[in-house]
Amino acid sequence: MEWETVIGLEIHAQLATRSKIFSGSATAYGAEPNTQANLVDLGYPGVLPVLNAEAVRMAVRFGLSIGARIAPRSVFARKNYFYPDLPKGYQISQYELPIVAEGSIDIVLDDGTRKRVGITRAHLEEDAGKSLHEGLPGHSGIDLNRAGTPLIEIVSEPDLRSAKEAVAYMKKIHTLVRYLEICDGNMQEGSFRCDANVSVRPKGQEKFGTRAEIKNLNSFRFVEKAINYEIERQIELIESGGKVVQETRLYDPDKGETRSMRSKEEANDYRYFPDPDLLPVVLENELIDKVRASLPELPDEKAARFVRDYGLPEYDAGVLTASREFGAYYEEVVARVGSEPKLCANWVMGDLAAFLNKDGLEIGETKVDAAALAGLVTRIVDNTISGKIAKDVFEAMWASGESADAIIERQGLRQITDTGAIEKAIDEVMAKNPGQLADYRSGKDKLFGFFVGQVMKAMGGKANPAQLNDLLKKKLAG
Amino acid sequence: MSAPAATVAALAKGLAAGDFSSVELTRSYLDRIQAAQPGLNAFITVTAEAALAEAAAADAARAAGKAGALTGVPLAHKDIFCTEGVLTTCGSKMLANFVSPYDATVVSGLRRSGTVMLGKLNMDEFAMGSSNETSYFGPVCNPWNVAMVPGGSSGGSAAAVAARLVPAATATDTGGSIRQPAALCGVTGIKPTYGRVSRYGMIAFASSLDQAGLITVSAEDAALLLGPMSGFDPKDSTSVESPVPDYTRTLGDSLEGMTIGIVKEFFDKGLDADCESRIRDAMRVYEKLGATFREVSCPNLPLSVPTYYVVAPAECSSNLARFDGVRFGYRCESPKNLTDLYMRSRGEGFGAEVKRRIMTGTYVLSAGYYDAYYLKAQRVRQLISADFARAFSEVDLLLGPTSPTPAFAIGAKSDDPITMYLNDIYTIGANLAGLPGMSLPCGFVGGLPVGLQLIGPHFSEARMLNAAHRYQLETDWHLQLPAAFA
Repeated sequence: MEWETVIGLEIHAQLATRSKIFSGSATAYGAEPNTQANLVDLGYPGVLPVLNAEAVRMAVRFGLSIGARIAPRSVFARKNYFYPDLPKGYQISQYELPIVAEGSIDIVLDDGTRKRVGITRAHLEEDAGKSLHEGLPGHSGIDLNRAGTPLIEIVSEPDLRSAKEAVAYMKKIHTLVRYLEICDGNMQEGSFRCDANVSVRPKGQEKFGTRAEIKNLNSFRFVEKAINYEIERQIELIESGGKVVQETRLYDPDKGETRSMRSKEEANDYRYFPDPDLLPVVLENELIDKVRASLPELPDEKAARFVRDYGLPEYDAGVLTASREFGAYYEEVVARVGSEPKLCANWVMGDLAAFLNKDGLEIGETKVDAAALAGLVTRIVDNTISGKIAKDVFEAMWASGESADAIIERQGLRQITDTGAIEKAIDEVMAKNPGQLADYRSGKDKLFGFFVGQVMKAMGGKANPAQLNDLLKKKLAG
Repeated sequence: MSAPAATVAALAKGLAAGDFSSVELTRSYLDRIQAAQPGLNAFITVTAEAALAEAAAADAARAAGKAGALTGVPLAHKDIFCTEGVLTTCGSKMLANFVSPYDATVVSGLRRSGTVMLGKLNMDEFAMGSSNETSYFGPVCNPWNVAMVPGGSSGGSAAAVAARLVPAATATDTGGSIRQPAALCGVTGIKPTYGRVSRYGMIAFASSLDQAGLITVSAEDAALLLGPMSGFDPKDSTSVESPVPDYTRTLGDSLEGMTIGIVKEFFDKGLDADCESRIRDAMRVYEKLGATFREVSCPNLPLSVPTYYVVAPAECSSNLARFDGVRFGYRCESPKNLTDLYMRSRGEGFGAEVKRRIMTGTYVLSAGYYDAYYLKAQRVRQLISADFARAFSEVDLLLGPTSPTPAFAIGAKSDDPITMYLNDIYTIGANLAGLPGMSLPCGFVGGLPVGLQLIGPHFSEARMLNAAHRYQLETDWHLQLPAAFA
């Protein structure tokens, strides 16, 4: 039997506000436990929540960027359950009337086609605290620094059909929230995480299969692995005569498997009801228009412009717009070089990205800034050095922080374009290799590369490659 | 100085004239509290030392020419208001050890106006009750007859003012908890419009209904004290940004031309006949003052008790979830695990009535019951609000009884929650609609006080206080004292 996978994601993105969603406490990550929790966060008797207007603006930014409907009136509701990291015994969230509804975002599939993924809703809510177990034998510690940190929960339609699609979608949202500067996207710190709803059904069947929800996935790799494991588990279960039960599962990254956390029967009845401590959020058109006017160029718009203005392939445009900083870096390189946008793209996506990756650096921490890279590319364009030599120069720039010109000068890497010098080297190589020359002339064309290599070697790699090619062809022909 | 008969207005005048100091005044009230406490049990905490220090500071401020109208006037707070550094129990074992780290906005407002806090007053546990019998700290007795309940939940506030242990007290009203005990103890009570007074620091029972107010000897005293308590509070999103008038400025205005509505549904078969005749007497006073009466109907009002007993428990079931034994308050002995900690801390820390309401509220919010109970109750609530709005398009105020009967005996209804709940039948409507209401003493039946209720449109406190004040200029029911405390 052929199976089809159906996936929907619930992404939790922490909003980058300075203070919490319902209190004045700071939201900075990594402070000493319970130093960023005031009486409101601790759920003390008598305290009341007051909504952070910045969190609302950020949610509106997100909604507008996915073409969603911004609710003129949305309502906070209480989700009631007991847990030590939930001080009030309820989480303030949005239920029936979320602030953002009915949006969508496009992802690019492996075969290059675009797919539109529906976003059912996005709502504001507060994060819970954390339970700490390490270093406290026989006890559990509670850190409420995170309690009350604003979150936007982004709920997709069940439109995703594979783990790869799910990851592509999650990456797209990740890019978007960082473009919008509403979330730092830091997955290790839990600022961006998701729950995945996964089910399988026989191909062609319309009705959805029973789903399992995998909780709290905090890396793209885990999302892919957990979903793939879950798909296999469900198919194997059904094919061996079993039934998938609706349940919540946890992914264990060490073992690479998901396991049951609680079944539907054990699930909480959250007893949602409108929070009487908070007024409905009423958004005037004026405010929505103001937020719309403040939106930056979004990733898809930017990519389309790169294709249009720089003549880049869609793939390149997609890679270069993966973050706002990366796109800005590229545009600065192109502007400074003044030509060859595709060559610039190759360098940004190629060597630069590889070195950043190798050193685990973000673009903001690069050792070769856009002006420096533009200096290097300019020397390729004006034939001062070859692309091959440029790679060595780049490595030296990365290590020393010097400019391309300084390295070229000091190491004498300036390309040789003197026809006489190249011809002299060719003559010497031909003289030293009579056997290969004879073979070539008797029809072994493949030996051309051998001669290119020998001449380049003799000239310390500095010969202009195009000139060398032309001259060598003529000389070898005799 | 004759402390027992004195009103806040008279005490303020005496302090200003230098007839007595705040320290002397405070000491005399502390003496009365000490003498009455064993018999009435009106207080949970008496803060004698701090009160005398505050009084000395008030006297110093006055000597320095920095006294305001209320500087040095003593009062006490219902133990539902958080008071920094002072035990704040909400009448519950759950918070019997809870010292609040902060002041409620009401408390800090009255503190800023120079008043002196004498202590914290007894109340039904978490303000759930109509007789003050659910308090973990024991029932409060009615000063008019100690075998009787003082009403609830602000029973300590009402009894303390009735016995003149304090000249005035703060209180809260979720379904009648200011007006009903005021009626049963023969004192004046005001529940302001929902949103007029900040709820920050007032331990929540039912957030959409809770409102802080006052129990005083007279309407004039309420007018003096309400200002410093009121106004928008950035810490309470449901408090309203509307200017606070000087409530004393309109006291004494004529009632000529005022139309008072008589709600047909308030004069039902549940109303004690003698109580009704006291209300009819009061109507004649208002006629003499130039008001005219018109009968109005609020057809949905009889549904207010069942509506209330869905909405209030629903909110309380969620509001009281924070009392889990983890961060503050009661924690059971040696819990075996997390569930045991929750179950025993809550099981042992809450009393029977609180548990009853938490269970009711949990039920009405449960999957499958939400629409049938909670949502339906909210719809009825809107109908009741609409009934009132219609009535106020024709009349300036509504008048009726506060409570169906005078005070009943301690223990008489404590085993029958439904009968107990029906005590609030005339008061709950104002809470559901967020309207301001008052109760004024209007006579006696069998030696026990009867209360007259006024209900006004939103933010009509000034009009209502003036109507009450004019009535009190014509009558002296509010100045009567129980013989044992004269």
